[in-house]
Amino acid sequence: MQASVSSLPTPHRPHSIIRSNSNPSFRSCGLRKEAFGFQSLSQFLNRESRWIRIFPTNPRSRRQFVFSASASASAADNGSQLPTSFDYDLVIIGAGVGGHGAALHAVEKGLKTAIVEGDVMGGTCVNRGCVPSKALLAVSGRMRELQNEHHLKALGLQVAAAGYDRQAVADHANNLASKIRGNLTNSLKALGVDILTGFGTIVGPQKVKYGKVGLSDNVITAKDIIIATGSVPFVPKGIEVDGKTVITSDHALKLEIVPDWIAIVGSGYIGLEFSDVYTALGSEVTFIEAMDQLMPGFDPEIGKLAQRVLINPRKIDYHTGVFATKITPAKDGKPVIIELIDAKTKEPKDTLEVDAALIATGRAPFTKGLGLDNINVETQRGFVPVDERMRVIDAGGNPVPHLYCIGDANGKLMLAHAASAQGISVVEQLTGKDNVLNHLSIPAACFTHPEISMVGLTEPQAREKAEKEGFEISIAKTSFKANTKALAENEGEGLAKLIYRPDNGEILGVHIFGMHAADLIHEASNAIALGTRVQDIKFAVHAHPTLSEVLDELYKSAKVNSDITKPVSEPVSV
Amino acid sequence: MASLLHSKTPSISFSSSLSSTTPLLRPSAFFLKPRSTSRLPIVRAKIREIFMPALSSTMTEGKIVSWVKSEGDVLSKGEAVVVVESDKADMDVETFYDGILAAIVVNEGESAPVGAPIGLLAETEDEIAEAKAKAAAQSSSAPATSAPKVEEPAPVAAKVEAPAPAPTVAAGPATPGKVVATPYAKKLAKQHKVDINKLAGTGPFGRITPEDVEKAAGIAPAPKAPVAAPVAQAVAAPAASSPKAAASFPDIPGSHVVPFTTMQAAVSKNMLESLSVPTFRVGYPIATDALDALYEKVKPKGVTMTALLAKAAAMALVQHPVVNSTCKDGKSFTYNNSINIAVAVAINGGLITPVLQDADKLDLYLLSQKWKELVEKARAKQLQPQEYNSGTFTLSNLGMFGVDRFDAILPPGQGAIMAVGASKPTVIAGKDGFFSVKNKMQVNVTADHRIIYGADLAAFLQTFSKIIENPESLTM
Repeated sequence: MQASVSSLPTPHRPHSIIRSNSNPSFRSCGLRKEAFGFQSLSQFLNRESRWIRIFPTNPRSRRQFVFSASASASAADNGSQLPTSFDYDLVIIGAGVGGHGAALHAVEKGLKTAIVEGDVMGGTCVNRGCVPSKALLAVSGRMRELQNEHHLKALGLQVAAAGYDRQAVADHANNLASKIRGNLTNSLKALGVDILTGFGTIVGPQKVKYGKVGLSDNVITAKDIIIATGSVPFVPKGIEVDGKTVITSDHALKLEIVPDWIAIVGSGYIGLEFSDVYTALGSEVTFIEAMDQLMPGFDPEIGKLAQRVLINPRKIDYHTGVFATKITPAKDGKPVIIELIDAKTKEPKDTLEVDAALIATGRAPFTKGLGLDNINVETQRGFVPVDERMRVIDAGGNPVPHLYCIGDANGKLMLAHAASAQGISVVEQLTGKDNVLNHLSIPAACFTHPEISMVGLTEPQAREKAEKEGFEISIAKTSFKANTKALAENEGEGLAKLIYRPDNGEILGVHIFGMHAADLIHEASNAIALGTRVQDIKFAVHAHPTLSEVLDELYKSAKVNSDITKPVSEPVSV
Repeated sequence: MASLLHSKTPSISFSSSLSSTTPLLRPSAFFLKPRSTSRLPIVRAKIREIFMPALSSTMTEGKIVSWVKSEGDVLSKGEAVVVVESDKADMDVETFYDGILAAIVVNEGESAPVGAPIGLLAETEDEIAEAKAKAAAQSSSAPATSAPKVEEPAPVAAKVEAPAPAPTVAAGPATPGKVVATPYAKKLAKQHKVDINKLAGTGPFGRITPEDVEKAAGIAPAPKAPVAAPVAQAVAAPAASSPKAAASFPDIPGSHVVPFTTMQAAVSKNMLESLSVPTFRVGYPIATDALDALYEKVKPKGVTMTALLAKAAAMALVQHPVVNSTCKDGKSFTYNNSINIAVAVAINGGLITPVLQDADKLDLYLLSQKWKELVEKARAKQLQPQEYNSGTFTLSNLGMFGVDRFDAILPPGQGAIMAVGASKPTVIAGKDGFFSVKNKMQVNVTADHRIIYGADLAAFLQTFSKIIENPESLTM
């Protein structure tokens, strides 16, 4: 959104004065720009009726209007926010991406905000998740390119054998994490968010205690509290993690070893991304998946294609339908030993001997010691129960006043940007605007080479919903092989798939497998968030030749029976 | 799959047909190439062929991405059977008939032209054997379009290597009696049809490594991906980036390195290229008394020995065009219209080959004049590309240094090069039993044996020697 502001032409801007007063968060938040997108969006929707008469609704002025609206809102709230008897308006427990997004938005809304962090700033994503893994994947992507002689030859390139220095790769990941952590911390400080160091515990309604072990605790009061404590790698019982040969993603991201042969338990996002890294660096990989198919979370068709590209041609084999019941780290001159049982019959099935094992079986909420029993809240498998507005639900099934939980700790959608969006939604509610986040509009991506991305429902989910609610669905597909830019890059492997309602053109889900899929998905996720229909978006123009035309083709190949389109905005001469 | 049919991109169905009848055309997005019945034996039983469908208007051949069904699977109408990759997309292909997938003719990863049979569908189990026989017959006479399969390594299982004498990691599998093979080793074993159970692993903990499988399959192990290069090596890497320099020579103290000039680099490249050409050499002694006499006569008129030799070679080449030809692709002769004699000249620490174009057509005086110009231009580095790279035959003369014979390296793009030694007085034993002393020179021709054979060179040299020994024709 920042970029779009700066790209606006300067003349004829009636509210440029308001814009210049706008909150500094626009300047300093490099981290979660998309979160602002969500926020601005919801504001836009909420306030449209109030502002619509003043500003013409052509696309350009609409964008401006979003910003001016939020800026004026914050100015107004600043004035109207009367001092309360609380130390803070909002205290957020956990300074991960979710807490950060919520804090930034809270400051913008004029709330006096503090964030409590007992570990490192930035949480999982920045320190032990998305951020350092992207650094490793950037390396693996380049290694793949440099090792793919066939591909290079087709482009007319000659490259001598590519090699790598493990420590330098590991340093790159670590440096990136430190840099992003620094940015995140500075953005909070610059906005005047108080960073309180120590583990936070809820001691009673609107009361939080924080402090380090062995030091005196501080108790603060807050009008509202958001729990954003995130998650830790989930390790099933029977698996002994020693951090050397049996590891979780926390250890793997440090890249202390590149084993010759590593077993990866779990073939979801984390497992897949690490298989991409390890095989590019020369390891052989064995997947252990409890479900009958690899990549169980993905649309089956995408999963099938992904398996054909990401698994079968690589030095990877797999065992599906099995549980790893016991994993013993390498010791006493023995390799890592993995005992497998059949997932259904529970009969012993096989024993594997490998050099290392990575446990990528998902993540468990980090909610211990939060003091939830002080306010009569029972976690469910560790997750904090919440309603659709992220309000924490107590043991009696009633919302706890002034207490919210966002991100991995509530388990609704364990993605960094989902946590941030939830946090922003909560702050919207705190500042007097009802807001329910549409989780189906939140995109997800897996940064393998090529990438996988998705938004909305998978085909089986859509079919189930269609059957239940009695509507038809249709599928449109396009191939990257038909895209000029993809062919120029010699990356024709890929598929985009659109699941939609032929009766009204509603987009139910979009799945992409192919080059830069993670960047391509946002056109679809924005369409879902805004409620744009296929018959409307197909008139939007895409630059040629770009990969975005894969989606253009997708929309154009969809057949919608309804001619009803939203009134098109009046054309504006430039 | 059937439920997908109303979607925008429906899965494509293949039409199969009774091989004894003309194929049925289906109302689908592709056309079936009708197969002539004469090409295939008429089969009485109901064995249907599954054809490679045309998935797009531009598709001429398709690659089998994967067989969804295996041989022996019972198929019902509308089921996806095979995934085909066209020039545009991968598509599931489904059957229009119930039956049993009796045989797969085109395997995964192989290609077949549109309309070619890729599998056989039997109606009943009884016909499977027959279909299989048919498939075997087809694949043996199959068009060469199917991707080259890895040749079967013959005595695979027998070639079990004894375990390495003293493996550093002596420990066997932690589970005794268990065969442990790495994922890639298993893949390779499947690909090369190596029985992994019969291999002895040499990897850590006695595991079977990809190298073990490659050894058993009798193939040279692929260069191992450069992995986990230690820091020192990574730093040294740029210096060793030239593949040939990888074999490091010992450093001799006091030596210094002078990089090639452009010309020297070009020479180096051309010389290396010659290694890919199978050359042979034929020598011939030629009496030069008559030539020397002629040379004395024409020398005052500005004729050089180079011009004389070039003219003689050109005249011989007229009669032996194959020696003036080029082998460009390893598959054909390229006969050159002009006879352009390149002459090797050492120049300022380099080597260049100015070309006397149409040497057979110009007279000696013009040739000599031309040569003079070329040498001057070469010294001044003003030669135009066509003045040094249009040669069809090269002449290299070291006779003036007293070299009596030498061996030239064939320049790329030419069929032959002639090395001329010094003309020296030689004692000749005549047929009549008398000795005599005559001037003789050794010429030695190096030629590309793909196009120029021993007899060709011999005949050419015979002609050349006749011209030299009777040089009057040179002045005509």
